[in-house]
Amino acid sequence: MPADGGIGAPTKRREDLRFLKGTGRYTDDLNRPGQAYVFFLRSNVAHGRINGIDTGAAAGMPGVVRIFTGADFEGVGGMPCGWQVTDKHGEPMQEPGHPILAQGKVRHVGDPIAAVVADTLDQARDAAEAIEVDIEDLPAVIDMKKAIEDGAPKVHDDLSSNLCYDWGFVEENKVAVEQAFKDAAHVTTLELVNNRLVANPMEPRVAIGDYDQAGDNSTLYTTSQNPHVIRLLMGAFVLGIPEHKLRVVAPDVGGGFGTKIFHYAEEAFCTFAAKALNRPVKWTSSRSEAFMSDAHGRDHVTKIELALDGDNNFTALRTETYANMGAYLSTFAPSVPTWLHGTLMAGNYKTPLIYVNVKAVFTNTVPVDAYRGAGRPEATYQLERVIDKAARELGVDPIALRRQNFVTEFPYATPVAVEYDTGDYVATMDKLEEMIDLAGFDKRAEESKKRGKLRGVGVNCYIEACGIAPSHLVGQLGARAGLYESATVRVNATGGLVVMTGSHSHGQGHETSFPQVVAEMIGIDASMVEIVHGDTANTPMGMGTYGSRSLAVGGSAMVRATEKIIAKAKKIAAHLLEAAEGDIELKDGQFSVAGTDKSVAWGDVTLAAYVPHNYPLEDIEPGLEETAFYDPNNFTYPAGAYACEVEVDPETGKVTIESFAAADDFGNVVNPMIVEGQVHGGLAQGIGQALLEGCVYDEDGQLLTGSYMDYAMPRAGDVPSFAVDHSCQTPCTHNPLGVKGCGEAGAIGSPPAVVNAVVDALQRAGKDVTHIDMPLSPSRVWAAMNQ
Amino acid sequence: MTKVTMTVNGKSVSGEVEGRTLLSTFVRENLGLTGTHVGCDTGQCGACTLHVNGKSVKSCNMFALEADGAEVATIESMAAADGTLNTIQQAFQDHHGLQCGFCTPGMVMTAASLLEENPKPTEQEIRTYLSGNICRCTGYHNIVKAIMAASGQDVSAVAAE
Repeated sequence: MPADGGIGAPTKRREDLRFLKGTGRYTDDLNRPGQAYVFFLRSNVAHGRINGIDTGAAAGMPGVVRIFTGADFEGVGGMPCGWQVTDKHGEPMQEPGHPILAQGKVRHVGDPIAAVVADTLDQARDAAEAIEVDIEDLPAVIDMKKAIEDGAPKVHDDLSSNLCYDWGFVEENKVAVEQAFKDAAHVTTLELVNNRLVANPMEPRVAIGDYDQAGDNSTLYTTSQNPHVIRLLMGAFVLGIPEHKLRVVAPDVGGGFGTKIFHYAEEAFCTFAAKALNRPVKWTSSRSEAFMSDAHGRDHVTKIELALDGDNNFTALRTETYANMGAYLSTFAPSVPTWLHGTLMAGNYKTPLIYVNVKAVFTNTVPVDAYRGAGRPEATYQLERVIDKAARELGVDPIALRRQNFVTEFPYATPVAVEYDTGDYVATMDKLEEMIDLAGFDKRAEESKKRGKLRGVGVNCYIEACGIAPSHLVGQLGARAGLYESATVRVNATGGLVVMTGSHSHGQGHETSFPQVVAEMIGIDASMVEIVHGDTANTPMGMGTYGSRSLAVGGSAMVRATEKIIAKAKKIAAHLLEAAEGDIELKDGQFSVAGTDKSVAWGDVTLAAYVPHNYPLEDIEPGLEETAFYDPNNFTYPAGAYACEVEVDPETGKVTIESFAAADDFGNVVNPMIVEGQVHGGLAQGIGQALLEGCVYDEDGQLLTGSYMDYAMPRAGDVPSFAVDHSCQTPCTHNPLGVKGCGEAGAIGSPPAVVNAVVDALQRAGKDVTHIDMPLSPSRVWAAMNQ
Repeated sequence: MTKVTMTVNGKSVSGEVEGRTLLSTFVRENLGLTGTHVGCDTGQCGACTLHVNGKSVKSCNMFALEADGAEVATIESMAAADGTLNTIQQAFQDHHGLQCGFCTPGMVMTAASLLEENPKPTEQEIRTYLSGNICRCTGYHNIVKAIMAASGQDVSAVAAE
């Protein structure tokens, strides 16, 4: 292993130095010479017809450069959707238009109506207040089931209804599933809500459009997890700018959690306006704006039924889900409740028959799209809740019921179209039980009781699907993009390397962990490897970072490119050593001839590649730079078992997390320190969903949780220290690193553990409570206890 | 526009501001000290925390004019001139107390105030003191651990893994 950390070392992060000194370079830290500022005037009603916009007074105010409205974008494409779902009848989903600025109607609170560009932000904001908009209020649809009733007001007048699609999966299994329910010895049914969340990365979104008139080149600086995707979508589908005339730069990104995957109207606006005005245009979202313009997450209403035979084996599973799309289709919204949700419904269990029905519905709310886990937390939550409920109904131990139904042989083809390559669910459950001291629970419960508190313990499992792939399959499923990743490895003459990757980091530490891999392969110090990402001008086409894909897919591309480098370097070494290429070995940065003491150093070979005086020019080109694109042949399937212990205050209903343990199988681990940090963060977000967070609209479509005063973000006092373990490792069988993915596991696996624990506490106290919807606020818990 | 003068990171600075200009805006836009971040507009997230006359302050909750004549310290003043991290910063790196880095300047400034007031805080005291600083990445586990370590305490008992 390299002295400064190779694969498996908890190498300290190099990016921390700039972040800790305040010298990070986030998008809002950038300013272009002569830039103007834009302020968006947004709808304060959920649904309305725009009868007129009077910008006359505002246009004459100090500093105003120009005011744009929807009319300015009539010749421009709308915001595109990147995934087309086909419904259960084989018909494409309903796909409404999504203008950059509202045209004719506003469809959610926050829908942008006008954009004021001025010399300063304050001037833009002042002028926006002087714009008079004549909006005729229309009745809003907020509740999903009401939205698809006959006669409901339509969010989009040109669609047949508010139903985006009605998806059945696997449609061919439906009859067999129905029969299995008829034959079941026991059926457990649960209706639940997966609460709407707001991702809330701490850095609000920012976009700066810049235009070079001399070269007719546009540049967008933006807070994005995937700059190439933005370049492709915005260039090809919205503004009609060819990619070679458009550069997208995402510098340091202050968290994303999915919400910075999508292409947003503000990005297209700033790019468009910069060219129209021949002047840079900057937009910085306020947090209040973020609540009404960042894509939200989750928001499913589900009925799930589990059928068991007389021996408590799972025989069938059936779900019906209403999934909120919001007012428009965000970039990848249709895929979340379908291919990222239905395919995970088998969980860790060998249930032979599964049928999933999802009705995606338009409402007058902010668009909903992927948020950390994206579909997989929704699948895990309902499955692990219904299993817990079944165990209680049958009077069996919830852990034993899970163990009895575990998938134990791999590869395992589920009835929902995916094949788990590897895993060991018994091992992670064994590890979890080792971590949590269940035997001591009664004693702890007794101590809680002395303090007037109710104690409960909840356990669950989860399975993840990371690194969505392969491209040809997802194309058949409706993806309008490939899902490979790329890397270019450039070796310099003096031996240092630059790795240019299409994946990006928004907190995951790629600048540290990626060099650990390359350095290990060559046997040099990791400090000799530099990572370049986040700029379409100097990285190969890539799909970015989401779905816990960066190491499994991006890292694999990097391995492939480095393998090409090593293969070529061996040819050069063979020439320098006057040996056969097949006899050359690379170890610790030295090329040697097998069985001899002849060797040549890495730096001598790299120098020869660029100063080819003694070089096989007739056989190979000078230089040492290789690119690889890696398209995986399957997802990776991390899995684990989580446990939560809670105390409930029966006087107030307040829940406190007393302990939380996570036993994960991520396959091979490159940097355990970073992996553990990813799990911690995911756990806090999952606990936040379970206890605190909920995005709430009133029946008129007003956003009641529009700031941190109303939307409860988890704070340091709301979460415990976590016990995490990743020692159970079943390496992925189909990528060269044997890695899975760890970014979303914590958020996927933790909500059911918390809810299971609270229900356990209440039932131990003799309360007839079988379910409480998240977030388990004190008022909801108290109400459930005192119903 | 009104002239405001203050000492920021040991240097006297001045600028023309409107009455409504926030201290966070003045520091970022007028002085170009972009280490102070703005993460919300309701004084809730703490990303903009800096020190005014030795006390931690959310600079989005203070007008620039209110800091006229004050001594202000931002995250840019925390490391040594040669770039060496201070004890708190080093502990954050050692214990992986940051991920995306956006809340980090505010966390470090708040942690500095905590340790000045309470040199050996318990885990619970740290969690309570951080209630005005939101981090979305770390789940706070490693931030708590870093602050414990920076105060010279044994972290193994706090955050068993």
